[in-house]
Amino acid sequence: MVTTVTSLGRSGLSDWLIQRVSAFVMTAYLIFIVGYLVMNPELTYAQWAQLNQALPMRMFSLLTILSIAAHAWIGMWCVLTDYVTVRLVGPKATAIRIVFQLGMIAITLLYVIWAIDILWGIQVNG
Amino acid sequence: MDNKRPVNLDIGSISLPITSYVSILHRVSGVILFFAVAVFLWLFDASLSSPEGFESVKAMFANPVCQVIVWGSLAALAYHVVAGVRHLIMDFGVGEDSFESGRNSARLALGVAIVAIALVTGWIFLW
Repeated sequence: MVTTVTSLGRSGLSDWLIQRVSAFVMTAYLIFIVGYLVMNPELTYAQWAQLNQALPMRMFSLLTILSIAAHAWIGMWCVLTDYVTVRLVGPKATAIRIVFQLGMIAITLLYVIWAIDILWGIQVNG
Repeated sequence: MDNKRPVNLDIGSISLPITSYVSILHRVSGVILFFAVAVFLWLFDASLSSPEGFESVKAMFANPVCQVIVWGSLAALAYHVVAGVRHLIMDFGVGEDSFESGRNSARLALGVAIVAIALVTGWIFLW
C-alpha cells in the first residue's frame, strides 16, 4: 500500500507505541525546561550554557529532538493520509501526498541535524 | 480500494460534539507545531550561540512581531500537550467508559488549555 511505505514504523501498532513513548519524553523535557526557567528568573548565559553543555542534559535534549522527529513524522503522516486523498483532493492526490510527505521527512531530518549542531557547539565561555 | 463508494458524511452539515472540536484542534495545533519546531530551534540556537545571542533572545521578547510568533508557537504547544495528556490517560482505560466521561474530559482539557494559554500570554506580553 502506498500509505504504509511512508509511515515511520511500517505498522499501525508500532506507530501507536512510538507516538506515546515520544510524547512522554517530550512532556518530561517540557516540564523540566519550564520548571528550570521558572526557578531561575535571573538566568545568565554562563548558567544556561553550562546546563545545556552537561552530557546528561545533551542526551536528554537529543532524546527529545529524536522524539519530536518521530512524533512529527507519525502525526503528519496521519494528517496527510487522512486529508490528501483522492476523495478530497482528486485523482492526483497520491502524487501530491508523496511530495508533501517527502518534504515533511526532509524538514524533520534537518531539524535533527540542526539540533545536533547546536548541542555539540555550545561554548560556555562565549 | 473502491473509491466509487458513496460518501454521505458532510461534516459541515453536522453539529459536532465538544470531543470532535478538541480532537480537530489537537490536529491543527500539531501541524502548527511541526513548523513551530523551527521557531524553538532558532531561539535555542541563538540563546546558546554567545552571551550576545543570549541577550538578543531576551531583547526579542520586546519586539511585537517576535512576541506574536513565539506566543502562537507556545499556545499551540500548550494546547497540544494538554490534549495529548488526555489521550495518554485514556490509553490507560481512564475516562473512556462512556461518551459522557469523554465529553467531561474534553471540557476539562479545554479548560486546562485555556489556563495554560493565559499563563503563556501573561508571560510573553505582560512580564
